[in-house]
Amino acid sequence: MSHLRPALVLLVLFTALTGLAYPYAVAGIGQYAFPAQANGSLIVVDDKILGSDLIGQNFTSDGHLWPRPSATTAADPADASKTVDAPYNAAASTGSNLGPTSQKLAERLTASAEAWRSAGLPGPIPGDAITTSGSGLDPHISPAYARAQVPRIAAAHNIPEAWVNRIIGNFVEGPLFGLFGEPRVNVLRVNHALDQMSP
Amino acid sequence: MTINGWLQIAVLFTAVVLAAVPLGAFMAKVYAGKRNVLTPFLAPVEKGFYALAGVDPAREQSWRSYALAMLMFNAAGFALLYAILRLQGVLPLNPQGFSGVAPDLAFNTAVSFVTNTNWQAYGGETTMSHFSQMAGLTVHNFLSAATGLALAMALVRGFARSKAPTVGNFWVDMTRSTLYILLPLALVTAVVLVALGVPQTLVASVGATTLEGAKQTIAIGPVASQVAIKQLGTNGGGFFNVNAAHPFENPTALTNFVEIWQMLVISVATVFAFGRLVGDNRQGRALIAVMGILLLAGVAITYAAEAAGTPMLHDAGLNLADGNMEGKEVRFGLALSALFAAVTTGLSCGAVNAMHASFTPIGGLVPMFLIQLGEILPGGVGSGLYGILIMAIIAVFVAGLMVGRTPEYLGKKIEAKEVKMAMLAVLILPTVILGFSAVAAVLPQALAGLSSAGPHGLSEILYAYSSATGNNGSAFAGLSANSVWYNTTLGFAMLLGRFAYIVPMLAIAGSLAAKTRLESSTGTFPTHGPLFIGLLVGVILILGGLQFFPALALGPIAEQVLMLAGKTF
Repeated sequence: MSHLRPALVLLVLFTALTGLAYPYAVAGIGQYAFPAQANGSLIVVDDKILGSDLIGQNFTSDGHLWPRPSATTAADPADASKTVDAPYNAAASTGSNLGPTSQKLAERLTASAEAWRSAGLPGPIPGDAITTSGSGLDPHISPAYARAQVPRIAAAHNIPEAWVNRIIGNFVEGPLFGLFGEPRVNVLRVNHALDQMSP
Repeated sequence: MTINGWLQIAVLFTAVVLAAVPLGAFMAKVYAGKRNVLTPFLAPVEKGFYALAGVDPAREQSWRSYALAMLMFNAAGFALLYAILRLQGVLPLNPQGFSGVAPDLAFNTAVSFVTNTNWQAYGGETTMSHFSQMAGLTVHNFLSAATGLALAMALVRGFARSKAPTVGNFWVDMTRSTLYILLPLALVTAVVLVALGVPQTLVASVGATTLEGAKQTIAIGPVASQVAIKQLGTNGGGFFNVNAAHPFENPTALTNFVEIWQMLVISVATVFAFGRLVGDNRQGRALIAVMGILLLAGVAITYAAEAAGTPMLHDAGLNLADGNMEGKEVRFGLALSALFAAVTTGLSCGAVNAMHASFTPIGGLVPMFLIQLGEILPGGVGSGLYGILIMAIIAVFVAGLMVGRTPEYLGKKIEAKEVKMAMLAVLILPTVILGFSAVAAVLPQALAGLSSAGPHGLSEILYAYSSATGNNGSAFAGLSANSVWYNTTLGFAMLLGRFAYIVPMLAIAGSLAAKTRLESSTGTFPTHGPLFIGLLVGVILILGGLQFFPALALGPIAEQVLMLAGKTF
């Protein structure tokens, strides 16, 4: 039983040190030195929060870039024990977790692919366009998926496709140092720019 | 696969080794109690802690006393964490107004964090208050990692000492691990993560109005402090449900780089520290080579499988070159997702930046098999080193059988007692994983939790018990694991995988410490050369294969065959 005192005392001391002092210290330094990042990289326009640079949002209007499909859900307002699809629910992240032999995944992919073709979009379909992300909150799409949406967006705004292409081009991010990560487009940033161009 | 993808992987491994060599030297100093750069700042804190706790740092413990101290500390930690989770509703820092965690989930979660598993049967942002995340979960991210490091040092002393009755002092090893190694690294890297975009605030959520007028509630909180230590301590328990796939936990390719580096650096440095402490750096480098060969093979197979995609994706008309992006983030793509998956399971981390359940069958087999190999490539913080040393004991025993000579490792004769204890430890993994999986595969309340039929369903079960017993924490997350059956049995699997392994391991440490350390002679089998590296790789693969190949054949391998035949379930 000689171990009881050190066990309890050290547990309390380390709880105070690593469970309170440490996270508060990181919060203190972060809020002082990097307030924008520490608070979630929010995009604020006219004192209104549009969203976060890092968190994807659902867009469905023809004049906007559409994101990847999202597997997030939310409690059914009619029956709290059930859930309903709620794409880009940033209060409860989740992936589809559907595996490579899932019938459900096959049906979802087939339906999305049909919608893609019936919208007159060119093939092959970019790998991210009809697959859900791991978080359900992916803020990016591939440049190929963005380019495929240009005709629809241009028609909705009644502007030349070249303009839309130029806007998207402004937001294509390459790999860091030409090496790390994949080329991508931030959907919210592009849509914000599109809205500013044609109020 | 692309050249760029392989370059990213190569640069990362280089960065890990470059940091791990000096860190290993620093750790060797810390555990030997020598003066180091942090001594002026931390020695007073360390002394104060010992004084309050009534610990005499000069008094060492036998292996039994060391084991008891460790068990007592972990039991107290479990009790406190269980209480915090149950009482969350009345504790402070609960801006979300979450009520207490249910008993079975609180048991599972408390066990999970104390055993360095961080299996998460809950979604962080929808279950845990800030207090639970900080004063509950984050604390055990530190302490379970510190426990692992302490235990590894006890075994290293078993090899390094000659005719010694003791293996160190658990309180001292644990305290030094936290103060000198984990806390400074966590503090610095957490601030780096904040600078790169990971939030750290005490606010619970932000309300946004999208350009199309929809409302979006964005969960947020003290994320960076938890992410930094769950990566460094190879714990893996994220702030959010989807862990490091969540853009707030892992916003860019650069944070992804930092987080993979964090996972690897201490485990690799511990092996370098081991080389120094036993007085022969070549011994550490040989183990690093074994780990590197097997881990790199895992990365390559996963990467190739994910890049190849699946027939289902091809049939839908997706671009062949884009591979399998279901469950993956655009900013990471295939290379960084495959790399993260192999590293997190070769280690016992279990953080994920993509959903393993949506990987191709072979892409998902690799993480599962890396866990089943015993979490030694390079394994969890501390636990990886003692795990691979147990394997090394078995390897020299096999070599000894071949030439008919009493095996030696690092100048210690490996005799019946050590080999028996090593086998006892090694057999825990298949017994617990296959035993529980077999029961779950026929029990209705276990099958009710499956999200998939066919072999993928079996893979969900097999992955869950492998992850729990191996103290990994990643999942085929389609499984609805928050049920009384899974919370309870996975909880016991985690306890057995951690503590039933540790006790025989410490017995080996005690037995070795008491032996004389022999000078190597011309008849000694050298354990730092390519022959030993090859032998150890072979032993690890053969042991793992014999134990788990039949189960894997019914899960991911059967799924691969059926997938190619166009079957769905």
